[in-house]
Amino acid sequence: MTSVGSDGSGAATVAQVLETRGEQVAQQWADLPLFRNVYTTGRDAAVAAAHRLVRVLAEVARHGRLDDTSAPDFERVRPHLAQTVTARTRSGATHQQITAEVAELKRPLLEIVARETGGADGAVAAVELMGTLRVVVVEIALSEGAELIDRQRAQLLEISNPVIKLWDGVVAVPLIGTLDSARTQVVMEALLQAIVDQNAGMAILDITGVPMVDTVVAQYLLKTAMAVRLMGAECVISGIRPQIAQTIVQLGIDLGDITTRATLADALKWALGKAGVSVVVGEG
Amino acid sequence: MTAEAGAGRVSVLRMGDILIAAIQQELTDESALALQQDLTEMAAAGARGVVIEISGVEIVDSFLARVLSEIAAATNMLAGRTVVAGMRPSVAITLVEMGLGLRGLETARSLEDAMAVFRGQAGR
Repeated sequence: MTSVGSDGSGAATVAQVLETRGEQVAQQWADLPLFRNVYTTGRDAAVAAAHRLVRVLAEVARHGRLDDTSAPDFERVRPHLAQTVTARTRSGATHQQITAEVAELKRPLLEIVARETGGADGAVAAVELMGTLRVVVVEIALSEGAELIDRQRAQLLEISNPVIKLWDGVVAVPLIGTLDSARTQVVMEALLQAIVDQNAGMAILDITGVPMVDTVVAQYLLKTAMAVRLMGAECVISGIRPQIAQTIVQLGIDLGDITTRATLADALKWALGKAGVSVVVGEG
Repeated sequence: MTAEAGAGRVSVLRMGDILIAAIQQELTDESALALQQDLTEMAAAGARGVVIEISGVEIVDSFLARVLSEIAAATNMLAGRTVVAGMRPSVAITLVEMGLGLRGLETARSLEDAMAVFRGQAGR
């Protein structure tokens, strides 16, 4: 990026236009989908938001940083743009749609610049400035997406590993889905903390919802069981389906002296037996 | 033995024929070795069991893990049992991640549970 930004005359022209005709630009932008769809409550809010963006763009142009997406002036408008992008994403717009809507802002500005100055310098600078704005919006949209994924991944880790108190001193974790090292870590921490908090003597790892057990998954299970044992509690692995039992045997995985049971009910019965609780089925 | 204990040294208490070592702060390598020495000597003088309470310990390295295993092995040889009580979750995770299972060691959730292990044994 050379000509326009460096000699500065085009940039100065655009800055001039944005400052003197800011209200006019903001009024036109407020009617475009990008602002209209976000500020549904009233046109005034849309105009105000558009005006805020116009002022920032004027600052960027004044400092001659037309092609600089990291220009400090953009930082001031970043939170507002992020809000706009989030609002559009929530209502189902794709990144392509959002960038197309940002591109629509270009025409009104170009028309006004052409009317005011008549020269090519200003128009070229305005195009460059709007291109930069578009890149900034794309950056924001992508980082929003990444944040969303991170947040959801963390939520998924939390909700997929509840530690359930089955009886006084008996806690259970129903594992659902494939185990990886991050999940094992979360499960282990939650389970050990529950053992401390509830002074539990028995911990049941239920793997009914684990689709497959290979050597790696078995290793994770063994690690968890070992940690439980180090805490002074006992660990049972339940929910081993016949298929999984066969796989474990065929792979030659040694579960050591860890107690295993076919179902969670069996494991609970075992734990209650260990705790000296007997369950009596009443008549009627 | 406990009378001459210096700073950082873990005192070993005798309760009947059970020895109790409550580690209240991080152990240095020297004090771990001193503890091993003390416990083995006192166990040789006659003890049915040893309880090592480590709820005050936040870091167990491979050296301390080995010392604990060795104490257990030595006590076993002297016809006793060693129970490690009150391990913190973070310590348990670290040990497992290091691949140290503290083999041959018994564990209990608390000092109380550890004493119950010996009471149960006496009752049998």
